[in-house]
Amino acid sequence: MANREDRFQGVDYYNIDDLLTEEHKLIRDTARAWVKKEVTPIIEEAYEKAEFPRHLIKGLAEIGAFGPYIPEEYGGAGLDQISYGLIMQELERGDSGLRSTASVQSSLVMYPIYAYGSEEQRKKYLPKLAAGDMIGCFGLTEPDHGSNPGGMVTNFKDAGDHVILNGAKMWISNAPFADIAVVWAKNEEGRIHGLIVERGMEGFSTPTMHGKWSLRASDTGELVFSNVKVPKANILPGKSGLGAPLGCLDSARYGISWGAIGAAMDCYDSALRYAKERQQFGKPIAAFQLQQKKLAEMVTEITKAQLLVFRLGQLKNQGKATSAQISMAKRNSVEIAIEIARESRQIFGGMGITNEYPIMRHMMNLESVITYEGTHDIHLLITGLDITGESAFS
Amino acid sequence: MNILVCISKAPDTTSKITFKDGDTKFNEDGVQFIVNPYDEWYALVRALELKEANGGKVTIISVGTADYEPIMRKALAIGADEAFRVDSEASDAYQVAAEIANYISSNSFDLVLTGKETINYNGSQVGGMIAAIIDSPYASHATKLEVNGSTAMVERDKQGGVEVLELTLPAVISAAKGMAEQRIPNMRGIMAARSKPLTVVPASVTETLTETIKFSLPPAKGDVKLVDPENMTELINLLHNEAKAI
Repeated sequence: MANREDRFQGVDYYNIDDLLTEEHKLIRDTARAWVKKEVTPIIEEAYEKAEFPRHLIKGLAEIGAFGPYIPEEYGGAGLDQISYGLIMQELERGDSGLRSTASVQSSLVMYPIYAYGSEEQRKKYLPKLAAGDMIGCFGLTEPDHGSNPGGMVTNFKDAGDHVILNGAKMWISNAPFADIAVVWAKNEEGRIHGLIVERGMEGFSTPTMHGKWSLRASDTGELVFSNVKVPKANILPGKSGLGAPLGCLDSARYGISWGAIGAAMDCYDSALRYAKERQQFGKPIAAFQLQQKKLAEMVTEITKAQLLVFRLGQLKNQGKATSAQISMAKRNSVEIAIEIARESRQIFGGMGITNEYPIMRHMMNLESVITYEGTHDIHLLITGLDITGESAFS
Repeated sequence: MNILVCISKAPDTTSKITFKDGDTKFNEDGVQFIVNPYDEWYALVRALELKEANGGKVTIISVGTADYEPIMRKALAIGADEAFRVDSEASDAYQVAAEIANYISSNSFDLVLTGKETINYNGSQVGGMIAAIIDSPYASHATKLEVNGSTAMVERDKQGGVEVLELTLPAVISAAKGMAEQRIPNMRGIMAARSKPLTVVPASVTETLTETIKFSLPPAKGDVKLVDPENMTELINLLHNEAKAI
């Protein structure tokens, strides 16, 4: 089993660190040091065994990975969006599955409770979620409704002081061990609302999905609701309609746009070091033009993506980032990351397919990341709609 | 228990090293600085452990210009309570030690901890000089430190063994690998560090005892020589005459 030394050094070709505050750098370096100490030594084995390393949950909370931008009064860290992005970058530099857990907890569970929840709901759930004492998941996608979430069939009916929830959600990160689920379902008028469903409610089950070749160190499951009685106090009162879950996805996709760059940086950093050390024909393979082309293109794409997400972070801090801008960044970051993983694999030759190096794990993880939270194609159509005014979705 | 930890900055170990001003000064342009690892991982963390066990306060002090403050904030994020920066460019070991000794003489500490050396200058001098100026016991390169009442028990690695020392407090001790284990700051610590006091103290010492004449880089590594495993005579010849290792 691989127990490699983590020699990651970061990639900053355009001195983007100069644009960060000292606190940004401290937060980033803290997450990086934590990943080196806690994640790198165990991740390959966790991946091979397809086990989510649950013992890392407390550490994730301690480095601020759960709801870093949620205000301090609710247990968050009250940080800005660039800090959130940097934490996601460092976590995904370790593993996309770990970043997924933090993304779901922060943007898909804590964010809707903070943005659409009642004061009681905020106080009841957010401090525990921030501390990692409670883990959440997010139920939007259904077996027959992925890119078209508005077609969902999960629904609830009024029954006095509670509602009766029926339906099923699929591809849900954290589902098998989550304590709560933020579930999106239609009421009797067909309007989408968010409900907080708690583990232990009768008729609620979370079967684990098996057989993934991607995000193996992350637990994925289904959410099944069979006449689940949900108190009306658990309905998010602040916003309804498809825009409510899409608002959460904006926040998560923003985090992914930083995170995927982390995976790309790890592949590039590993490949660059290997190319300098690996000797063929009497010299390092880094001296050959075809390897230099790969490496030079990688660092160029990473730098472009870093500048894109940094600017997006500024816009998010100002409350001006549009959904379409976030789509562009998510799509671009994941695309360059998956290409960089594939090109890095080539530089490593045969060694690239082993777990001595992180490349194949990142590559396989990114096959999920390019599809979840809005597929690669759908994000392109969002940009298309935004610039032409013409919808090509249906 | 009142503990003072001396904190120095050091270049990140991946930095490219160049010099300026006729090779008399380290060129800091483009260099990322970190807390000197011996100060952070061992001296500071052991101080925090002692405070957690016995109560008290951990204060940090640095001699340096404003660019020291990010690394001081990190030390505060790890858990130090308060920071003092003597506003002066660090020139030589004596000047740094004299500034810190001045600060100590107008305050009161049970224990002063330093790292065993900085990883850039490797002088190992500041702790001993502070102890001499304030006239207190000193133990260097300590791998273990326990405090019991008014005495400190210190272990030091010796050639082939361990030396155990007892010092009466107040004392100065320099910390080596083994004294504690690195702590990663947590988010609560980073948030708390924002509001912890970092006070700038005017410089009072101008005297230095040494002057740097020249820095130079180590010679570039030569190519590796491969010797046929059958040819032991050639190997011995190279080791004896070229490497002068045997």
